[in-house]
Amino acid sequence: MNTPIIDDLKKKKILALLKDGQRVDGRALDEARPLIIDTGVIPKAEGSARVRLGDTEIVCGVKIQPDKPFPDLGDRGIFICTAEILPLADPNVETGPPNEEVIELARVVDRGVRESGMIDLTKLVLVKDKSVIGIFVDNTVTDYDGNLFDACSYASVASILSCKVPKWEIKNDAPSLVPDSASAPPITTIPVSVTMGKIADTIIVDPNADEWKCMDGRITITTNSAGNICAVQKGGEDGFTFEQLIKCSELSISTGAKIREILKQVPGGDKC
Amino acid sequence: MGVRKSDIVLLDDKGIRCDGRKIDEPRNIMIKAGVLKNANGSAYIEFGENKILAGVFGPRDVHPKHLANTDRGILRCRYHMEPFSVSERKNPAPSRREIEISKVIKEALEPAVMLENFPRTVVDVYIEVLQADGGSRCAALDAAAVALADAGIPMRDMVSACAAGKVADTIVLDINNEEDQEGQADMPVAYMPNLEKVTLLQLDGVLTPAEYKKCVETAINGCKIVYEIQKKALKEKFFGDSPQ
Repeated sequence: MNTPIIDDLKKKKILALLKDGQRVDGRALDEARPLIIDTGVIPKAEGSARVRLGDTEIVCGVKIQPDKPFPDLGDRGIFICTAEILPLADPNVETGPPNEEVIELARVVDRGVRESGMIDLTKLVLVKDKSVIGIFVDNTVTDYDGNLFDACSYASVASILSCKVPKWEIKNDAPSLVPDSASAPPITTIPVSVTMGKIADTIIVDPNADEWKCMDGRITITTNSAGNICAVQKGGEDGFTFEQLIKCSELSISTGAKIREILKQVPGGDKC
Repeated sequence: MGVRKSDIVLLDDKGIRCDGRKIDEPRNIMIKAGVLKNANGSAYIEFGENKILAGVFGPRDVHPKHLANTDRGILRCRYHMEPFSVSERKNPAPSRREIEISKVIKEALEPAVMLENFPRTVVDVYIEVLQADGGSRCAALDAAAVALADAGIPMRDMVSACAAGKVADTIVLDINNEEDQEGQADMPVAYMPNLEKVTLLQLDGVLTPAEYKKCVETAINGCKIVYEIQKKALKEKFFGDSPQ
């Protein structure tokens, strides 16, 4: 993933096409790739999804278990979202500790879901300051074709929407599982992340791997069901003008609304 | 830390914030260029309660060698917080937060530095946060950009950074630690004032599209204020009569 190497011919073709407002795979500039979501693919996880965004594929699982709250947030459950790029996803991925790119990916996906307030964490408290429910969302990238930010975000959201939260009771100061009484998670909104690339001042939505290698800059904007903006991350080596930032925010709202309709078809997604 | 929500009035009815500032007023900012003897360029910044030191080395040989780029130089950046910089001791090992901030700061500086002039070399930017307050990444970037200029590295423009945010349903400039903890949104922005390009933009918290626009505008105005202070620091170093 670190190697920005791309055939000169391919890059020239991508740039030449963009000059005429065309993309290398025939999409419109503001068109995301087809999004396919299967949920419940890992029955042992409390929620799960396999998501394909074009040829990028993510498997995401949600594990839910009792945990101690963070010291300063005793009245809230725990939410942690991670992402990992597996070595089988791309020839350039190496095993070992996560590099800065993977850390950024995980933090941006986490921020989008967290800042939207998608899960009402105040409903996940068993005993204030002592025992709360933790929701752990782990994304694994199994096949790479660019734009992991959005693919992991959709996988996380689909897994959370379709998950079932088990019920615990406090017995002898410890949480004890109440069998067969799992319920739907406390969902408040559906966050949708939209990543846009900037190639020579042209803004494109959902860049694929080849476009990703030609990008001068990128920006990921997450919006909620009310059409408000809840998280932003700019990346890449070039800056954005004020007008471009406004255009990107408008694109993220319009494209996000289309993708939210797909996420609403996920079991549990009709609540928002 | 330890302060209850109800104890703080983030914005009173006269539009004055919890630390006495107006909504469009940044904290006190002091920058000094050329504070380290061994670094090629350096700067020290006090931005509110933030106290941050930045040192620049290079262009110099790249180690390990395989990182070198044959057609342009590379920029490396390390943002690091001292264990004593925050209320509760911080583990000195780089956290995931620090690694992400290092990456976004590097990408915020990259558009300004003319790396194509120095193939096969590296410019290292080391940022040490001695004391942290809200908005440390912006303050760190301001110091790093001055340190790069102090090192005489060719740049297309200065990079100036300042945050804006939403506190008590109002868009305000440069949010401090309390406002970051209790406020509704935090948006750090870095800006090249002459090329008019935003090189860093992050957001935590919910904003309507209109608030988003206002917030970016507010932060850019803050960056322009910071820019004047950065220029002053460099002028004092190179043309001032105070002995270094």
